[in-house]
Amino acid sequence: MDGAPGPSGTPVLELDGLSVALPKTGDRTHAIDGVSFSVGRGEIVCVVGESGSGKSVTAQAVMGLLPKGQLTLSGGSIRLEGKEVTTCTPAELRALRGARMSMIFQEPMTALNPVERVGAQIGEVLEIHTSLSAEERRNKVLDVMASVHLPDVASMIDAFPHQLSGGQRQRVMIAAALVLDPVLLIADEPTTALDVTTQAQILKLIAEMQARRGTGVLFITHDFGVVAEIAQRVVVMQHGKVVEIGTRDEIISRPKAAYTQMLIKSVPSLEPPSRTPKTSAVALAIEGLSKTYVSGGFLAGKKRVVKAAQNVSIEVRRGETVGIVGESGSGKTTVARCVARLIDPTDGEIKIGGVDVARLRESALRPHRKHVQIVFQDPYRSLNPRRTVGASIIEGPVNFGESTADATRRARDLMTLVGLQPDALERFPHQFSGGQRQRIAIARALAMEPRLLIADEAVSALDVSVQAQVLALLDDVRERFDLAVLFITHDLRVAAQICDRIAVMQNGVVVEHGPTAELFSNAQHAYTHALFAAAPGRGVKFGAGIEATT
Amino acid sequence: MAVADTTPVRPRASVLRQLLRSTSVIIGGLIVGAMVIIGALAPWLDTRDPAEVNPSVRNKLPGFTATIRDDDGNKVPVTYRFGTDSLGRDIYSRVVYGARVSLIVGLTVSLISIVIGLLIGLIAGYVRWLDGILMRFMDGLMAIPAILLAIGLVSVFRAGLFAVVVAIVVPEVPRVVRLVRSIVLSIREEPYVESAITVGTPTPLLIFRHVLPNTIAPLIVQGTFICAAAILIEAILSFLGIGIPPEIPTWGNIMAEGRTLFRVFPQNILYPGIFLAVTVLGVNMLGDGLRDVLDPKMERRG
Repeated sequence: MDGAPGPSGTPVLELDGLSVALPKTGDRTHAIDGVSFSVGRGEIVCVVGESGSGKSVTAQAVMGLLPKGQLTLSGGSIRLEGKEVTTCTPAELRALRGARMSMIFQEPMTALNPVERVGAQIGEVLEIHTSLSAEERRNKVLDVMASVHLPDVASMIDAFPHQLSGGQRQRVMIAAALVLDPVLLIADEPTTALDVTTQAQILKLIAEMQARRGTGVLFITHDFGVVAEIAQRVVVMQHGKVVEIGTRDEIISRPKAAYTQMLIKSVPSLEPPSRTPKTSAVALAIEGLSKTYVSGGFLAGKKRVVKAAQNVSIEVRRGETVGIVGESGSGKTTVARCVARLIDPTDGEIKIGGVDVARLRESALRPHRKHVQIVFQDPYRSLNPRRTVGASIIEGPVNFGESTADATRRARDLMTLVGLQPDALERFPHQFSGGQRQRIAIARALAMEPRLLIADEAVSALDVSVQAQVLALLDDVRERFDLAVLFITHDLRVAAQICDRIAVMQNGVVVEHGPTAELFSNAQHAYTHALFAAAPGRGVKFGAGIEATT
Repeated sequence: MAVADTTPVRPRASVLRQLLRSTSVIIGGLIVGAMVIIGALAPWLDTRDPAEVNPSVRNKLPGFTATIRDDDGNKVPVTYRFGTDSLGRDIYSRVVYGARVSLIVGLTVSLISIVIGLLIGLIAGYVRWLDGILMRFMDGLMAIPAILLAIGLVSVFRAGLFAVVVAIVVPEVPRVVRLVRSIVLSIREEPYVESAITVGTPTPLLIFRHVLPNTIAPLIVQGTFICAAAILIEAILSFLGIGIPPEIPTWGNIMAEGRTLFRVFPQNILYPGIFLAVTVLGVNMLGDGLRDVLDPKMERRG
């Protein structure tokens, strides 16, 4: 991929002034407004934008899948290989879908029917659009499954989706999308739900398919790492409008629009800044921590033992941020939940300020609870929707005997500290955006004046520009309160920027542990290497040319 | 100082306004409201004593007018709007008074079932080691049919409101327990509950403050369905003669009384039947409407 535009000729897809109207009750009139761009034959065009930018609506409009009664096409044209599709009848659209254009989705588990064999689901496209016999269909399905590099296709064709891994399911989706050789493949955040190493494989597969079959790909993503990895041209969207269109290199190193520049600058670099090692007092010492889940037994049949964490030892000093990095199932969240004593560790010690809290009973533990606070991933679920923000923030201090008036006064100060209006204490969580809620969750944690703050994927659900702000806030409060921070993340870019030291976890074990810069430049363990190699957009310098153009 | 977040704060949506926009809530609410008014104002709705027997006007068709001596000995004309039964009692008065029993049974059964079910459900959902024991016990209770239980209770105690209420409550409680337990099990995993644990909120307060409010909306919905079921089962029990004693007018009793002469004098079954059907329909519509508005799982997207 060299970032050159696709070959000339009629573009596979042309959007011209496309608008989609929102229902009248919405906060704006159009989901997308006057969107124009094209996808050439064998070209990968990335549509990138933050939540609410209209990128998914654009894809739905092209496929004719706009939710009925809520979103309506209100203007512009969509041409597939020069043929207008906005005026197609539902029957004509059905004939196009699957055959000439097809789509893959973010969540491969929900996009596949759990009670139908994967071979049948791929074959369904053939059954509808072709007159092949059952035998021919099966052979064709086997071929396409082999072409997306699924292992042992002869037995996998009769497997059910739950028997496959996430990456394999997404390969099945891609096989079903490509079985009829469509000219256009729409991929709506196809790798967002996948682990980074699986993501790298799927991105490679999509690029391979596009190169081999000459398919035009409309790739929707919020992740600039993925853009850098796969795009030839990039369309940047904001609030339903196209902000900028350019080749990959233009957008990534020399963006012109102020919004694109802001986005690109917000992408955390994979190169860690140099940091001086902290020598302050140890705030948290985890020693030999293990957590084992045992299920089954006497009535439920065969006993199954899952070792979620094994012999984990990590130290966090005051004012230091230590990251735990790993893929899903690596045990990083288990460690965080053990430290917060939301689950009981099976073995090992958790020393907070010198006191081992790993085995304390709930009543003895309560005085120590205030020293450890946690900020969760999902800002929409981490605040009680029925209680005002103020009530959530002062709950902890009041539990520890502070008067409501004093606690409220401090809560007002904390709201200012995290960059929100103090008056917002009276409001309810649903009145805030995701980034604002995460700020509130941080304020609630700080209200306890903790020694250790656990951030469990605290910025993973946020848009990149908001993510940058919340990361800056976390770093600010760490320094201000001399906090020890245990930072759980799957995102290497974020980890590179915020962590002093990083522990890499795989299958419940810490495989490597060291200062961030050292780990990134000189990883020892094979898994760490694999993880870094899979990080999308490595070796690409984001916004390298911004200074030159502004 | 961190960069301030200046995104405007969104206004709050009102649940009450959503409720008033739902047709089934309005229609169901109007029907239930009308029945409550009828039951409460029964003595003032031009009714006679529903237990008054008058052999001279037995089995009259609706609209029959008779001349009757009142307590002072004066002759007054009386119109039997819904006719009379085989003992000469005024069916209109009996049906209007019957609304009282039905509504009382519906309300008490749903309230008692919900309070008991809520308590057991919270315990089952929160105290893990008790869960298995409690739930197997509930499974056992669920296997008891209300009608059989009523027959048993009536033979031990005597027929009456108490036996009827107990007979209907016992099989309903496990349904509430299952509902509450499932809500508690999912809510206790919510990050905001875990946050409350990490800020040291004691467990009883945690349940009361963060878990309990989530059960209210589903319980209101479940309560209306229990209410409708209770009204129906009470009528069945009375009709079978194992419910409220026959001298007290209930819709089931009136129908039981008119069963033998149904072919000739259908009014005995027709009018209480209509009231029963309309009331149950009204309560169910109200419940349906409430569920559409209150239950987030049924919420429409957008």
